[in-house]
Amino acid sequence: MISLAARDIAHSWSKYVLTGIGLGLLIGVTLSMAGIFRGMVDDAQVLLRNSQADVWVVQKDTQGPYAESSSLPDDVYRSILGMPGVQQAANVTYFTMQVQHQGKDTRVMVVGFESGQPGAPPSLIAGRHVTRSHYEAVADVKAGFKLGEKIRIRRNEYTIVGLSQRTVSSGGDPMVFIPLADAQAAQFQKNNDAIVSGRERTAANPAFNRPNVPGLLEAVQMSQTTSHNVNAVLVQVRARWDAAQLAADIQRWKHLQAYTYADMEEISVKKLIATSAKQIGLFLVILTIVSTAIVSFIIYTMTLGKIREIAVLKLIGTRNSTISWMILQESLGLGLVGFIIGKTVATLWAPVFPKYVLLLPLDAVLGLLVIVVVCTLASVMAIRAALKVDPAEAIGG
Amino acid sequence: MADNTTPAIELRGLCKRYGSGDTAVDALKGVDMRIAPGEVVGLVGPSGSGKSTLLKCLGAVIDPTAGQMFLGGEAIFDEVWKVKDLRTLRRDRIGFVFQAPYLIPFLDVTDNVALLPMLAGKSNKEARRRALELLEALDVAHRAKSNPALLSGGEQQRVSIARALANNPPVILADEPTAPLDGERALAVVKILNDMAQQHQTAIIVVTHDEKIIPTFKRLYHIRDGKTYEEAVS
Repeated sequence: MISLAARDIAHSWSKYVLTGIGLGLLIGVTLSMAGIFRGMVDDAQVLLRNSQADVWVVQKDTQGPYAESSSLPDDVYRSILGMPGVQQAANVTYFTMQVQHQGKDTRVMVVGFESGQPGAPPSLIAGRHVTRSHYEAVADVKAGFKLGEKIRIRRNEYTIVGLSQRTVSSGGDPMVFIPLADAQAAQFQKNNDAIVSGRERTAANPAFNRPNVPGLLEAVQMSQTTSHNVNAVLVQVRARWDAAQLAADIQRWKHLQAYTYADMEEISVKKLIATSAKQIGLFLVILTIVSTAIVSFIIYTMTLGKIREIAVLKLIGTRNSTISWMILQESLGLGLVGFIIGKTVATLWAPVFPKYVLLLPLDAVLGLLVIVVVCTLASVMAIRAALKVDPAEAIGG
Repeated sequence: MADNTTPAIELRGLCKRYGSGDTAVDALKGVDMRIAPGEVVGLVGPSGSGKSTLLKCLGAVIDPTAGQMFLGGEAIFDEVWKVKDLRTLRRDRIGFVFQAPYLIPFLDVTDNVALLPMLAGKSNKEARRRALELLEALDVAHRAKSNPALLSGGEQQRVSIARALANNPPVILADEPTAPLDGERALAVVKILNDMAQQHQTAIIVVTHDEKIIPTFKRLYHIRDGKTYEEAVS
């Protein structure tokens, strides 16, 4: 038996392909939305992986350093290093800022790290690691900088000595790694006018400006213009030690907040991007409904255009199941054309998106299954219309 | 098994009523008809006389209200349908030729004809061979691979006749098959129907208004107010 659906598609292929392209673009948008969500999750996870930490120690009662702001004295890590089970502990700072590159603003997350400690950039794709104490930086390639270029962070310029890849914040901003001391200064540094005005305000305060206590005013002013704070301490646990137990001990004895990898994943993936996930989820549902409506309308219209042929087919003895199968095949065929086009365009335009779009093969398979279900549902209305056709309509009068 | 004296199709007191109660309309009021194998008869009558209703009853697409209908001596309707599957009955034992050819636009000429044998379970190869034989006999084999839309009106009608003959049915119902054709082509189609009827021993009922072809029938049924009256033309 010949395939009636294949012949009908071949007969009106241009209409079919044009419709498939329209549907394909819609499917492409849907797959991209799923890819954007996956990218957000991956960004959050890659941030945690790149930190190379087992426990994050942050300011008490905060969910820092990524979901909330957190501030700790920079000597806290010493007391943590003394705890049993701690392999390494290192200060880190994080702050997001706009940097200029080739006349354009680029949003980056500046990371202050200690060389060879947790929080340092992972393996580089070009250049070398930071070896000097000041004014060298490693940047993620996504920031657009090349080796040897200068990046201005606050008042100072840093030379890009290395390039990393997939080192991004949970928001997808590329990271720029600079020495911790520079980052501490940059994070809390004020501009000259603010410093002068602050000094004047302190000098005007009789509590600090005591003529009979020489050096007090200068000491206070110095403390106001330097920073000894960090955002978190990243801890690596010794082999065979329980990170959760260590986190509990830090919380109990150091009066700080400590999170394990699982806790941070919960915060970063489930809490930090929860609203975005809901937003994207709703958008996916709407796109699926719109796709179903479009396929239904197209298949229904195409079927109505063949009413006379269907009447003749029924009159000459074609089974209802054969006619239903023809319509279902056409609907599924349209979905398949749409899926191929959608997957292709989603793959092609994914790198153009400013944020990371992660197109997982599993999502594509799920998408295909959804399309099969959508096309099957979409063909129901057309099949009902075809089954209602009276073969007597083929006979005039 | 039917012999030459057994009519290909016979109707006895066939009635069809639409609706019920005060609004009931009797479209057929006891139609009698007897057509031998290989015979071509005309069925004429004014609009609303019941021609289409009769054709639909004969084509097993609507249910007669009463009467009997025999196909090759076998009762297929006797107050109720005697065959379970009307779809199979239409596919295997009744051929249809319509006013417009109504060829399936997405199938080529060969497959339009081969579709019926395929539906009847023949292999694609066998069905296409049968289609090509018929197209050859009807002088349209040169358009076998063409799209039906590219054929002339006469060629399309010949293809539709080939389709009607594809499963070698004992009866063909032709609903104004010459309506869209000019005089010469209309007469050519009637000649083809006569030739095919002779060759395949098929009884053909031709519903027509066409004055040019009416004299070509040896027997003519007039239908008026739901009743048939037979007339021998020559």
